[in-house]
Amino acid sequence: MNSAQSTDAKSGAAVFAAGSGDGASRLKSARRFFLRHPGVVRLGIVVLILIAWEIAARWFMDPLFIAPPSRVFTSLDTVLGTAGIPAALRLTFFELAVAFVIAVTLGLVIGLAIGLQPFARRSLMPIVLLVYGLPQITILPLFILAFGIGAASKIAFGVTHGVFPIVITVVAGVQNLKPILLVSARSMGASRWQLLRYVIFPHMIPSFFAGMRLGMSGVLLGVLLSELYVSTAGIGYFTQMFTENFDPTKLFGLIAMLAAMAIILNEIVRRAEVHFSRWR
Amino acid sequence: MARRTERARQLASRSVQIGFLLALLLLWYLATNFWGVNRLLLPNPVEVWEQLGDVLRSGNYLPDLRVTATEFVVAFLLSTTSGTVIGYFVSRSRFWTRVFEPLFAGIFSIPIILFLPLYVLFFGLGLESKIALGATISFFPIVLATIAGFSNVDRTLITAARSMGASNWLLFRHVLLPAALPVILGGLRIGFTICLLSILGSETIASLAGLGHHIVELAEDMEMSRMFAYIAFVVVMVALLNAVVSHLEARGRRRG
Repeated sequence: MNSAQSTDAKSGAAVFAAGSGDGASRLKSARRFFLRHPGVVRLGIVVLILIAWEIAARWFMDPLFIAPPSRVFTSLDTVLGTAGIPAALRLTFFELAVAFVIAVTLGLVIGLAIGLQPFARRSLMPIVLLVYGLPQITILPLFILAFGIGAASKIAFGVTHGVFPIVITVVAGVQNLKPILLVSARSMGASRWQLLRYVIFPHMIPSFFAGMRLGMSGVLLGVLLSELYVSTAGIGYFTQMFTENFDPTKLFGLIAMLAAMAIILNEIVRRAEVHFSRWR
Repeated sequence: MARRTERARQLASRSVQIGFLLALLLLWYLATNFWGVNRLLLPNPVEVWEQLGDVLRSGNYLPDLRVTATEFVVAFLLSTTSGTVIGYFVSRSRFWTRVFEPLFAGIFSIPIILFLPLYVLFFGLGLESKIALGATISFFPIVLATIAGFSNVDRTLITAARSMGASNWLLFRHVLLPAALPVILGGLRIGFTICLLSILGSETIASLAGLGHHIVELAEDMEMSRMFAYIAFVVVMVALLNAVVSHLEARGRRRG
């Protein structure tokens, strides 16, 4: 809170005032600089954590279990050079992309079908919410049995994780549509397609993109879970291999790359959301 | 009149819901009994029901349930205490809020399940890795909700309480906490759900015991009807727990 902050600053100033003139004012201005730029402090904290990790991993911990960040960073190219890893990353990316496209298409179609009819919405939405609330992870072995241990099971598991948030937000977006807009468009002779194209669609774009964002994190979760569970050529295979060989440097590097992939995908969807909801 | 049509509508949508579920069950029964769907993919619902009865009677779910419950309780306690305490102290200063909130939110947007292999490498296959992962994953929604809850308290309320001479404790107890509680409870609820899910997930992927582990074991032994029974057991348990937590959350909101 502000009051806490200002008293903090005051007591700090009192401490510095006790010191000699020049140094104290320099400290004070440094303090003001940090107070005005929280981003710098944030970066500093991240750097501090990395340094602490580096020191701990280099001198205090068993190198079989943890790798210092500097070594992880310098070994990124050897990770990429390991036979099969570029292909595994490509495969995981492919699974994510296909699962996302299917989830968005299905989510949009189901969401519109449920959302546009009040009766369907009121009778089917509770079922959708019920299924969404179930722990899907428990049926992961079933997906493997049904779709095999290849890419198909990962895509299917990603789709079932991603489709529900999209359906729910699409339904919410259609529901928030003002009836007067529909009535007036219809009274001006809009066809069903025109209604969809010029009234319904533009109005649900913000919630649709919010749904895509949630769907993306769902797809990521589903695909990564099933990759880690069982995999013959994807990243799950390599994480398991590196774990079993006690090769933390490569494991950290691979996971860092995947985290970067996840961050980039999330960021693309988030940017798209901001961009396309601007018209309002 | 309006009320009656309202009730009729409700009845209609309820019957559609029940009909939908019944149709699903019937389809399941017909598919396995008459249409020759592979029993290894989809066991007969009657068999599953019998297995479920057997599992419940014999009580051999108890050791696994105990493991999962222990992991969950410890992980959730860890994340709740650390999340609310850290969140509270961060929210006390606008500066630290601006430093830490984007950091926590950024980490929260990464699928943390990715780090599971690191946790397994570091903590082993036992309970510790599940506890650590569950606590990490559920820490973020809790800390974010706590920061949001405490830093959005109406300033007028704080000033008024202060000017009436409220001590720090009184301010916390009667102004800050009631105002922030609904938001924090929302965070705790999300944390509860994803903590449970991540623990079940990490048991499924790499573990020595627990309900998720048991389901995988049954899948590997191709004991499909027993596996379905276990899945049903876990699903119902989670659904019940979620219902209890929603109820508690709603009650806490009303109090707060």
